[in-house]
Amino acid sequence: MANNTQTIIRNGLWQNNQALVALLGLCPLLAVSNTVINSLGLGIATTLTLVLSNGLVSSLRRYILPEIRLPLFVLMIAGIVTIIELLMNAWFYELYKTLGIFIPLIVTNCAIIGRAEVFASKNRILPSLIDGLAMGLGFSFALLLLGAFREVLGAGTLFSQADLLFGEAASHWQINVFDDYSGMLLALLPPGAFIALGLLVAAKNAISSKL
Amino acid sequence: MKPSSPANAALHIGLFSFMIVGLVTLVFHATKDKIANNERQTLISSLQTVLPQDSYDNDLLNDVIKIQPYTIYRARKTNQPIAAIFISTTPHGYNGDIRLLIGINIDGKITAIRVLKHKETPGLGDKIEIKKSDWVLGFKHKSLSDMSSAQWAVKQDGGSFDQFTGATITPRAIVNEVKKTGLFFQQNQQVIFQ
Repeated sequence: MANNTQTIIRNGLWQNNQALVALLGLCPLLAVSNTVINSLGLGIATTLTLVLSNGLVSSLRRYILPEIRLPLFVLMIAGIVTIIELLMNAWFYELYKTLGIFIPLIVTNCAIIGRAEVFASKNRILPSLIDGLAMGLGFSFALLLLGAFREVLGAGTLFSQADLLFGEAASHWQINVFDDYSGMLLALLPPGAFIALGLLVAAKNAISSKL
Repeated sequence: MKPSSPANAALHIGLFSFMIVGLVTLVFHATKDKIANNERQTLISSLQTVLPQDSYDNDLLNDVIKIQPYTIYRARKTNQPIAAIFISTTPHGYNGDIRLLIGINIDGKITAIRVLKHKETPGLGDKIEIKKSDWVLGFKHKSLSDMSSAQWAVKQDGGSFDQFTGATITPRAIVNEVKKTGLFFQQNQQVIFQ
């Protein structure tokens, strides 16, 4: 079991990283990763969705008929995302406004239905929860790296608008990496997201081949 | 394992839908008031960016009139009209609609304007956001009666409003929209405040 847990975690964070290896969930990944704080917000929401959907699918797996499993997964994931959206709308309203349409788009993140199909529908609840957490953290990790890279290059800052996530006290967290930086528009626009993701995948493969 | 009958499958889908919809309904009811409150707070604080709270004493949020294409909040003090706040949208941005909040005093002077929503280019057109630049503050106290119609334009069009380096379309869209809204206010004051 201990060994198994380790494998699950290693898979989620590195070997089978949903963003960098499986290349799933690119739509929210590329659209929202223009600042660290946006990345962190979407990362948390995605991880929460993965854990909850894996848990729900796993706990109900005996009642899921194989022929109709996909519509049932979609139903459960859509329900969970709607609930997370409502909760964010109520408690993290500023962040909700920024992430806007990307929260419902978590539904379209194939990584979530992928984990439901490949893992949660075949495993017990605890491993499924761990798998969801590890996959979510792996995805968030890629999202954060991408966000940091694009924010530093694009705007010359880090942690700008941290108050969206951490409240008023965090409004001074912004770090100006370069003084008097005029910004690099490409990094903030969608093409920059693709280029940065490409570099990140290349770096991941280079490190993997050395291990 | 023998395949299950369509009726059985339908029953399963039905049960699952019932359960999920039930959960969503519960959360919806638990968060409804909080969300409505958030939206009200946001609207009030954005209205107050263009019109200071102490300048009016009516219930601004409920003193609203819709005249196509505008939504207009009417500010009054001791029942006398003192200003109107317009929510106004221009389609002439560089990248889609720009939604504006425009406050106009009863004497026609602009109290302030803010950009509520836009999709302009980051780093160029987005200097219309108060967070990025103080360009929108240039509208304060400007009035259609003090300035000629030709002056209500960006400098490139011979007017008196700055544009940004590399982005003329965005400021032009806003200046023209504010002017249009100002003219509408001048001509329709009676209707707005009746």
